[in-house]
This record gives sequence, structure tokens and C-alpha cells, in this order.
Amino acid sequence: MSVTGPKLQPTLFELSGTGRAAGRRIPAPPADALERLPAAARRAAPPALPEVDEASLVRHYVNLSQLNWGVDTGFYPLGSCTMKYNPKVNEWAARLPGFAALHPLAPDETAQGTLEMLWELERDLAEISGMDAVTLQPAAGAQGELTGMLLVRAYHRARRDLERTDVLIPDSAHGTNPATASMAGFRTVNIPSAPDGGVDLEAFRAALGPRTAAIMITNPSTLGLFERRIVELLELVHAAGALAYMDGANLNAILGRFRPGEAGFDVMHFNVHKTFSTPHGGGGPGAGPVGVRGPLIPFLPAPRVLREPGGTFRLERPGERPASIGRMRGHVGNVGILLRAWAYIRAHGADGLREVSDDAVLAANYLRGRLAADGAYEVPYPGPCAHEFIASGAGLKRATGVRTLDVAKRLIDKGYHPPTIYFPHTVDEAMLIEPTETERLETLDAFADALLEIAREAHETPELVTSAPHTAPVRRLDEASAARQPNLRWRPRPLG
Amino acid sequence: MVYGPHTPDDRSRMLAALGIDSVDELFEVIPPAVRAGAMDLPPGLTELELMARLRTLAGHNRVDLASFLGAGVYRHHLPPVVDQVLLRNEFYTAYTPYQPEISQGTLQTIYEYQSLLAELTGLDVVSASHYDGATATAEAALMTCRATRRERVLVSRGVHPQSRQTLETYFAGPGLAFDEVPLLTEGPAAGTTDLAALARLLGDPERPVAGVLAAQPNVLGLLEPMAEIGRLAHAAGALFVAAVEPVSLAVLAPPGAYEADIAAGEGQPLGIPPQYGGPYLGILACRDSLVRQIPGRLIGMTSDVDGRRAYVMTMRAREQDIRREKAASNICTNQALCALAAAVYVAALGPGGLRDVAATGVARAAELAAALADAGAPRLHPGPYLNEFAVRVPDAISVHRRLLHRGILAGIPLAELEPGDPSLTDGLLVCATETTTPEEIELFAWALRDELSAQAGVPVAGIGEGIR
Repeated sequence: MSVTGPKLQPTLFELSGTGRAAGRRIPAPPADALERLPAAARRAAPPALPEVDEASLVRHYVNLSQLNWGVDTGFYPLGSCTMKYNPKVNEWAARLPGFAALHPLAPDETAQGTLEMLWELERDLAEISGMDAVTLQPAAGAQGELTGMLLVRAYHRARRDLERTDVLIPDSAHGTNPATASMAGFRTVNIPSAPDGGVDLEAFRAALGPRTAAIMITNPSTLGLFERRIVELLELVHAAGALAYMDGANLNAILGRFRPGEAGFDVMHFNVHKTFSTPHGGGGPGAGPVGVRGPLIPFLPAPRVLREPGGTFRLERPGERPASIGRMRGHVGNVGILLRAWAYIRAHGADGLREVSDDAVLAANYLRGRLAADGAYEVPYPGPCAHEFIASGAGLKRATGVRTLDVAKRLIDKGYHPPTIYFPHTVDEAMLIEPTETERLETLDAFADALLEIAREAHETPELVTSAPHTAPVRRLDEASAARQPNLRWRPRPLG
Repeated sequence: MVYGPHTPDDRSRMLAALGIDSVDELFEVIPPAVRAGAMDLPPGLTELELMARLRTLAGHNRVDLASFLGAGVYRHHLPPVVDQVLLRNEFYTAYTPYQPEISQGTLQTIYEYQSLLAELTGLDVVSASHYDGATATAEAALMTCRATRRERVLVSRGVHPQSRQTLETYFAGPGLAFDEVPLLTEGPAAGTTDLAALARLLGDPERPVAGVLAAQPNVLGLLEPMAEIGRLAHAAGALFVAAVEPVSLAVLAPPGAYEADIAAGEGQPLGIPPQYGGPYLGILACRDSLVRQIPGRLIGMTSDVDGRRAYVMTMRAREQDIRREKAASNICTNQALCALAAAVYVAALGPGGLRDVAATGVARAAELAAALADAGAPRLHPGPYLNEFAVRVPDAISVHRRLLHRGILAGIPLAELEPGDPSLTDGLLVCATETTTPEEIELFAWALRDELSAQAGVPVAGIGEGIR
């Protein structure tokens, strides 16, 4: 934060002054440039966009940035989001003009560098996941899920197996899983978790049948647990003629340790903005490549990147692969993001990637151990955990009235981004904590100390915790009236 | 460890605290039958080696050509201030603003983005961002089906083919139907939506229409009779979706002015480099009455407990993490940083600057059209256009290749963009923007004249021989 503390900012519109030049960007067009356009198609009045000088504009954004918390500000243990350090060489790479200025409809022979990179990345991700082929097209994890479920649909239909309408999803899954199943035209069947946090095999067996199209499993789960019964689960799925989808959100726990395709999953997505260090951008952009095993390859989205016998690369032409589910979006994917993921994988190699997961899992278990040893919070599932773990403030709430939400807000005062809270929905007062492999041991210790100190405060001075945060740029927000009377755009205040 | 901080001593201390000897013990929960074999990947590179490889790959792309290629993605002057803002670490290394007290930067910038795009589109509600223009268009079509409880949409063939293809993919799962509305092939309005065909398609009482989608300008660069299309749609009880290009909205009537209910568009022209396809920005906007149908995040202005103005994600009951299988869409991660780029770009240009960008494209395109006509390639359609248009070039694919070998990227052959449309076989779709120079136009016209007058059958040289 700045030396004088962060400052709330007026909107761009309030900084505007009529005739205040934003800079001389381009030469003026001919005065009659627009006269050849029919009057009916033209805009009657110019849009009321702000007019702000460049210096004020820059201060506006620099000051706004200081109201934000990022990985480059400090610890960000947001469970299931893998907020690891974003290497700067990747930002440099994406801005090289040879990559950044390349038009997506440029002829293949003018795009060989990018095509080669994409072709390599497909193979790298296939190798990392044990899958047979990868599409890079999906724009985000959720779009990867949709791609995967449309592949499942195409697979069953191609076999004239038309009665498979159900997708089985554990109750601890991300909300994107059931939402995806609906978008792909399937019915969601919720499967409860067993007491140990894994899938309840009996409930699962009961739901499985000739109507099951697929199961969507997050492994390790959102409880931070590797699915112990994975072998039995996959056998049951395949014996029922269904397919197994793996949500790869938690891939950062298993690099070099578990390859979903090798183990028997049929289709999965990757979140490159989690596992492969591409920045989260305040909510995006990410990319959600999808890996499949052989039988699903014919259905992959078009266009794919192909390598010609002479060693050159090209995009598939329209209609070249008729069984394809089609196009998921414009062009070949979020290439600028995929390039960063490629650079991350190249910087690591196989040993480096395995070390990433080793350190991520070690750090999570260490932090988990620190909290479990104290007892101020419940740590409900037995260890070891994967790259993240669940703690619960249910006991603290019973004893003090202080909720997990309050603990999270108090963490802000202590200089930390809170963990994911109230997710998964299956755990009371849940905190899902993911330290990643890029945090120093000192940071892990200090964070554990802060959580334990907050638990003490909850007993001694609970109002200090329930009224937190005290040091953030703003305090708790009126979210109810924001939703009841939505103000979603700036409007100048009426005169008077 | 490449980017991690742990020393061997750190690891020993953590292992000791856990009472184990090796990190392998933490992975014993993975059943032996499914433990991973070795990964076969190239060895890790040092930063020096990595940067060298990246430079080599970037050098294998050709971005030095005189380019007239648009078709939905446009090269514009990028004010350096845009990227400077994007490189603020607190913006690009943050995640979704789940904790509003320490995310006011992201939240306010997205609220401002929503406000700027509301001004440009003339609509009230703008989503925080969608993936790209094609997916935003597909989601707009899905919105019309939810809002009207009808199951069929009509899509003009003037809508970008990639958007139509994406819509087709998105419609497959829920089993929704769509029909394409043809473009006129002759007459003064050739290349624009066939209104008589649209009226016929809307008139089938057995198959009521949820929404009509048309693009302004359309994929051929032509201006469509949007108000008329909207009237036909509304008369049939359908919603009207306008697919728009945002820079053009500085000079063209906005969707709100011609009664569109939803606008969708590709936001790339607003300060985002082409990058071979993404990340871009899906613009999605709608009337107030459709706010509960719009997918994705919305940022609202509110206040904190001390009464200070503040911003927060709102109306979240539409979203997947709350509604699960009943959500408006499965979208979670969006394109927030690209929305920030668009906001900084629009603010850095201001209303006058954005108008100048659009108007300069219009002027340069007229110069280009005149020069190409003079070279023997007249426009393929007679109607008004903005900054992109098709010209008639016999054997367009071959001529396009020959021009490439002379260092000219002569737009895109329409036979590649719209294969199977015989009326477009001899077309090249070309565009101009404020970055197009008179020298490039002169070079293109001169080379085209040369090609058209040359004898057919001359072998095509490899690209390296032609322009290196």
C-alpha cells in the first residue's frame, strides 16, 4: 500500500471535463469521412464517454490498483484457486510482437511459431495427464467442462446409445459441474460424500445404471483429499458403459504422481491459470484445455493444430473432421495465456513439475499440521491432505458467536487474503486453505499464527473480529441493497 | 525449484514437523495401481534458454506484412498507457473479487467498464465480460430462449461464421433449434439480410421464434437495416440481438437506439492485441428487463457500513456457485483483465478519439476501395459499408497466395471464410483501420493490378523466396 494509505477514487466519469484531451493519439480524419454513411445508420449523438487527461487517467488506475490484493501483494491462500506466483518472463513472452501482433486468420505459413508452440503444448499436457490428445480451444475451466460433456454426449450418440441422460456429481463439486451438465443437456444426480470425504461408493453404485452418461469427479476433491476408492470407482463407471470426467482444478497436487488418463479417466480439463501459473487477471482470462483418451479424439472441437509430414504446422480446415462437436469459441483459443503455460512447462521439465506438486502438498500438510495441533479450529478430515485442506470454524462459532466470515475479514487486518470460505457446502463454517508451493516457510508459520491469534481474539474481544476488517480501504459492504436496487452503471446525478 | 522458495532445510523442517522422512509418504494415499509413470518432457530450461527459444518461435511468425486482414479482429493503434495499466501487479495477479474489502480496484474498474459499454451500446446492463464475441453471441441466443420460453432462433448469415458455429455447438446440448436467414445475392442491398426470407421464417406458427440475430456491420462489412430487422422480430414476439463491433459504435447508431434487446460483440478492437485468437473480450449487454437472464458476473455500486461508496459482485443468484444446475450459465472465470484493457483504451481515447479511430477507418477504407477498383477489383456489393468490404477477384485464393509472397496479406478469401456460398467464391474481404498507411494501399493496388494482368499458371514461389 502507498505511503499515505490507499485512496478511494471517483469514477472516470467524475474525472471528466468537456474538452479535456486524453492525448493526441492519431491524426484527425478527413472532415467528411462519415458522409458516405447513410444517415439512418449513424449515431444521432456522441456517446457520453469521459474525457480525462492521461496523467489523471494513470493516477486513477494506479490508485485503484492499490485498493486491490494480488499474489504480488502478499499471501493469497484461496482454496481451489491455486494462487501461485506468476513468473514475469511469461508476461514478457506474451508481449513479444511476433506473438502479440499475429492475426488469428493469418495464413498458416505466417503463423508457424505460434502453431509450433500450440502443437507442443498439446503434447505436453497429454504427457502430463496421460491422455491421448488435447484441445486447447476452451477459454476457461468451465468452458473446458462444457467441451468435455459435449464430447461425452457425442461419444454416446455415435454409438447409438441414446438413453444416457444422467451425470453423477458428488455434492462437494464446484458449482460449475452441475451447471455444465445442464448446459450440455444432461440431468444432474447428486452423490453424497462418505464420512471420510470420499465418494460414497454405495450411493454411487445405486445411482449408476444404463441412464448414466458420465461421472464428473474432482480429484483430489474440493475437500483436499485424493479419492482413495478411485480404482473401484472407475471400474464401476466403465462396467456401466459410462465415461469418467475428471475436473482438473486440483491438478497442482498430483503432477508426476497421478496421471488421470493412465488411471482410466476418459476426459478431463486443465485450468492453466491454476496449475500452470498464468495470472488470474482479477477473474480472467484463463484457459481450459481438455484432454481425452483415444475413443473421444474424433469428436474434439475444430480446428485442431496439425503437424504435416514435412515438419510444418497447420490448422484443420473447416469440415475436415466431420465427427467434431464443432467450435467452442472463435479461433483456436486464449493463445496469449496458453503461451504463458507453455513457458511454465518448458521452464520446469518433468522433474521440476513433480517438484511443484511435492512442495505444494508438503506446504499444505505442514500448514494443516500447525492448525490441527492447536485445536482452535477443527481440521475435520484425517491427513495427509493434498495441496489444500479444510478447516472449520464451527466450534469457534459455537463457543464465541464469531463466524468463519468474521475470521476471514479479520485475516485482512493481519495482512492476508482470506482462504475460500463456506465452500464446499458440505462442511459447516468451512475454510478451504491452499498455500501453493511458492510461499516461504516463514509465511506459512506467520499465517498459522495469525489464524490462531484471531481465534484468541474471538474469545477475548469478539467484537474486534466481528467488525473486521478495520484496515482495509472499505469496511463491510451493504450487499443486500446492492442486489435489491442494482446500480450496474454510472449515471450522472440529476441536477439540483 | 524453479519459482519456489523452499531450501532443502525448509523441506527437512516441514517433513520433521509432520514426522515423516520423505514427501513420498504424503502420496501413499494414491493406490499403487494408478501411480504415475515417468513423464517424458523436454528438460527444464534456464531463463536465458527459455527466452532464446521464445524469441526464435516469435520470429517464425510473420507480423511484418502489409495487412488488410480483419474479419472480426482488427489492428489498431494501442496507446502504451493501456499495457502499463495491465501490468499493475495488483490487477493482473488478483483473482475474482470475492473479498470486496480488498478488491475495490478490480470491482470499480469493472463497474466503469460496464458503464462505458452501456454508453456505447445504449443498453442498461453489461456483463462483467464473457469469453469472446462468438461465445457472447451464443449466450445471447440462449438468453432469448430462456426469456421467451421458445426453442428456436433465427441467425442472419451476416453474423460472423465463427459465432454461428459456436451457437450451433451451444444449442446441441439443450436441443434448441436455429435457422439461418440468407443474405440477398443481388440488387442494391446485396450482401445484407434478406428481409423477405426473415419474414417468412418468422411466420411459421408451428415454430415460434425466441430471438433474431443480425450483425452491424455484418461479416461482409456491410451496414444492415437493423431497425427493420428489429421491427420484424418484435412483431413476431421474438427478441432482437445485435452483434456489434465496439469501435464502430462511436459513429454508428447503438443497439439501444434501434430497439435491440441484447447486444453481443467481440471486444478485441478495444485495446487488445490480436495474439492469434485470444484472450479477447466477449461483450454482452441487455435491457434492464432481461437482467435476470444475463450470464456471468455483474458489479454493482453500493456503500460500506460507514456510508462510503463501494462496489461488489451482485445479483449472484443467477450464477453457478449459488444455483448449480439451475444457473443461467456455467461461466465462472471470465475475461476481467481484457475488460480492464477495454476500459483503459476507451478512456485513453475519449469520445473524440474513439470517433476519430472509427472515422479514419471509414476514410481509409474508401481510399482502399477506390485504389482496388482502379486496379481491376471492384467491390462485390453495392451497399454502404464501414471499414471493411469485399472485392471481386477471379481465382481469389490463388491471387491471395501470390500477394502473400509479395509481402501483402490481402485480407481473407471469402471462399475460406464462407465455404459453400457460390455468390462469394470470387471475393476477397479486406479492411482498413487508422494503422493502414497510404503507402500500403498503393503497394496492395499496384501488386494486385500486376497479378490480375499476369498470365495464369505461373508457379507460386515459396513464402521464404518471395519476401525474405
